[in-house]
Amino acid sequence: MKQHRFMAAVLALTAALALGAVGCGDDDDEESGGGSTQESTAQVQPPDDLKPLASLGKGEGEVNLIAWAGYVEDGSTDPKVDWVSGFEKETGCKVNVKTGNTSDEMVTLMRTGNYDGVSASGDATLRLIAGGDVAPVNTDLIENYADVFDSLKDKPHNSVDGQMFGVPHGRGANLLMWNKAKVKPDPDSWSVVWDENSPYKGKVTAYDSPIYIADAALYLKATQPDLGIENVYELDDKQFKAAVDLLKKQREIVGEYWSDYTKEQAAFNNGDTVVGTTWQVIANLIEADKKVKIGTTLPKEGSTGWSDTWMIASKAKNPNCMYMWMNHIISPQANAEVAEWFGEAPANRKSCALTAVKDHCKTFHAEDEAYFDQVAFWTTPTKNCGDDRGAVCKDYSEWVQAWTEVKG
Amino acid sequence: MSDALASRPRLRLSLLLAGPVGWLVVAYLGSLAVLFVAAFWQLDPFTAEVVKDTSFDNFRTIAEGEVYKDIVLRTVGIAAAVTVTDVILAFPIAFYMAKVASPRLRSLLVVAVLMPLWSSYLVKVYAWRTILSEEGILNWALGPLGLSGPEYGTTAMWLVFSYLWLPFMVIPIYAGLERIPTSLLDASGDLGAGAGHTFRRVILPLSLPAVVAGSIFTFSLTLGDYITPSIVGAGKQFIGNVVYANVGVANNLPLAAAFATVPVVVMILYLLIARRLGAFEAM
Amino acid sequence: MQLSRGARIFLRVGTGLTLAFIYLPLILIVLYAFNERRIQTWPIPGFTLEWFEKAIDNPGARDALWMSLKAATGATLLALLLGTLAAMAVARYRFFGRETISFLVILPIALPGIVTGMALNATFREVLEPVGISLGLFTVIVGHATFCIVVVYNNVVARLRRTGGSLEEASADLGAHTWQTFAFVTFPALRGALLAGALLAFALSFDEVIVTTFTAGPDQTLPIWILSNLSRPNQLPIVNVVAVFVILLSIIPVLIAQRLTGDTEGGVVPGAGGR
Repeated sequence: MKQHRFMAAVLALTAALALGAVGCGDDDDEESGGGSTQESTAQVQPPDDLKPLASLGKGEGEVNLIAWAGYVEDGSTDPKVDWVSGFEKETGCKVNVKTGNTSDEMVTLMRTGNYDGVSASGDATLRLIAGGDVAPVNTDLIENYADVFDSLKDKPHNSVDGQMFGVPHGRGANLLMWNKAKVKPDPDSWSVVWDENSPYKGKVTAYDSPIYIADAALYLKATQPDLGIENVYELDDKQFKAAVDLLKKQREIVGEYWSDYTKEQAAFNNGDTVVGTTWQVIANLIEADKKVKIGTTLPKEGSTGWSDTWMIASKAKNPNCMYMWMNHIISPQANAEVAEWFGEAPANRKSCALTAVKDHCKTFHAEDEAYFDQVAFWTTPTKNCGDDRGAVCKDYSEWVQAWTEVKG
Repeated sequence: MSDALASRPRLRLSLLLAGPVGWLVVAYLGSLAVLFVAAFWQLDPFTAEVVKDTSFDNFRTIAEGEVYKDIVLRTVGIAAAVTVTDVILAFPIAFYMAKVASPRLRSLLVVAVLMPLWSSYLVKVYAWRTILSEEGILNWALGPLGLSGPEYGTTAMWLVFSYLWLPFMVIPIYAGLERIPTSLLDASGDLGAGAGHTFRRVILPLSLPAVVAGSIFTFSLTLGDYITPSIVGAGKQFIGNVVYANVGVANNLPLAAAFATVPVVVMILYLLIARRLGAFEAM
Repeated sequence: MQLSRGARIFLRVGTGLTLAFIYLPLILIVLYAFNERRIQTWPIPGFTLEWFEKAIDNPGARDALWMSLKAATGATLLALLLGTLAAMAVARYRFFGRETISFLVILPIALPGIVTGMALNATFREVLEPVGISLGLFTVIVGHATFCIVVVYNNVVARLRRTGGSLEEASADLGAHTWQTFAFVTFPALRGALLAGALLAFALSFDEVIVTTFTAGPDQTLPIWILSNLSRPNQLPIVNVVAVFVILLSIIPVLIAQRLTGDTEGGVVPGAGGR
């Protein structure tokens, strides 16, 4: 009995503390301004009080970045692959990088406030802008911005009302990769990963992120035109259900999902996976391992892809170093190197003359806008379909929940 | 001051308890409480801000979703399987160490069992990933026999978890068996009981508190883990994966907190039962 | 003790199999540390010492190892302090809520690491950051100590229960102050239990990754460094090297502890020893 009273006292105390903490709690949600309602346009409204940097000062000595694997290479993966050491020597800004495996991870990491900048894909940029996590960028302070392809500037995913919120890094498409010894003939269609009766059952892989639902929608766009899918990121109820059903059927043939790129590299090298979606950089790494022969292609149905933007945190502790980094990574030489290493189209038009492989830009369609029309860049799904269906589309939280169901 | 303390047992008691209880109750329980209050809130999906509208929506999502039930069953099921497996694996070596081995050998065996605790958890799981891979050592060894090892998935997770937590089960059982007087076991033999009979009727009941104490570790460590499933689980999710995906990745803290109540409730029940069975004295 | 031949054989085989099960993966880790290729495949194509050189030169690994040692030491000391205090209160005094303390103390380690991690992270950010203490070594130590308290507590409580309070009362009757009683009577009796608890707490803290992910700042502990390097193509062998190094390093404290407590009651194992 005495024990029960003690326990009751403990619980009462903690409940009181909890309510107290809650009462004093977060003021965060007041900052987001008018971000929540998107009645009229698919664009977002950032908070009003964010200003771009007015002038560039001295470097603070370090810069903390969140980046896709392969974007910030300092020679430790391959001694010849290094565009960081030179930057560190020149500017005195030591580069600390945290790899994000998915856009979701990057958004969460940015919200901790511990980082100065991020290489965000289109499915992260809008969330970061709306949440007030990134500041507008004063492009006058970035010399190399002038040489960026015009088609990458002032896009819906990286700007608001003509104000840029980052600098474009580069763009590319997700590819289909297969083990040449085990998968014959060479596939040219995504059907090889969606086929229920696939001969590669248990050895198929897919990208472990809710955004992969768009890949299912992309396949349905080509194979079930009566669903009327136009924008694979704006799916209404019927289209979304169809995509999720397709993914659940795919689950039967998937061996593993990957988000960590060395996991896919190991899976292909060890024979656990023989076909699936990939990034060019992973294919390059597997080639260098010289254990299995792989092939890659952009299938005939098109593909999803990314157009990445370097963004600066609104509460960045090292803003000057971050601006210096942004300028450096889109400089012709560095942008050429990262575009070649990762396997994407560079953002700086002068990079095309500097790539080691002479026709890199041609292979990656850097100047071919018609090609990129075929690539559905990652973007955040919102309720507002952006067309005459109105606000009936599935937003990202529903994609996340559906993804949990798909994986099981 | 020492005199003041000598004559005031209550004061001594308060000073003793202030630190630990203060931290555990105020900070730890308090933050747990705040976390679980968040389960009643919602996430604004676009700005990723937490909106403080109280409701049971998150709990409803979890209760109604077929997939969440499957995930809980899978997690609890494997945790139970791992516990049973570790008990079976631990008993022979624990008994050998406690009753049969010479003192020198016993010391050596204790060191041998404790050593793996010092090697990195992550490195061990990756080693298992390599062992279980298609062209890994297990398939290479079983191939000539016409067999093949488990693929990544449920079996693999069971195997790896059983491996990881085995020392946590061996040590308490060893300690518990040590406490059983050897004379008791000899007497059982003298009265005509075979080894198996002695085990079932004498050893098992007497070492039960120790077994339950060890099981607290194997069960809880498996229940809350999300790293091993992501390395050898082939996409099969544990409770921890869903919680992590929602808090660490999608930043949906309310849903994560709601789902996190499940393992917490399970563990509290488990601890209450374990205490009843005397496990807390046997740890 | 008397055992049938069959039972003896069964025990020997069981012990052998369990030990083999425990050590085969560890042997593989050691082998892969010498692997010629950066990818972990079977069979191992060739051997090299290259990764050992790279690991020694790797500043990230050294810093992380140092950070882990500092964190584990701090957490162990804090756990020793808080665990002993709580254990002495529970074993020597009667008060209501006594039974609940055991329950309370085990919660941090019994609840899923991710729950403990999220809860502590929220507390640190709401409470400590406004005061100017940001996530870093201090928060890692505090986080680790929270779940390490239980291993010290259990050992000390078991020990105190066995020795009884009569020696301490006698000491007080003979005129010793509270501190003197503790230093000359209580503490020596607890040495074995404290050492066992400290070893286990150190091991728990040193290898912990889930709670640390949520409570660490920009500096990495060794498990966090390992986690981030496992997803970089060339680093897997270096990680294996670091793991081997840690295993070798750990033989020392475990052996010393076993040596020191081998002849006193208790040994390294909590509650064991004596017939």
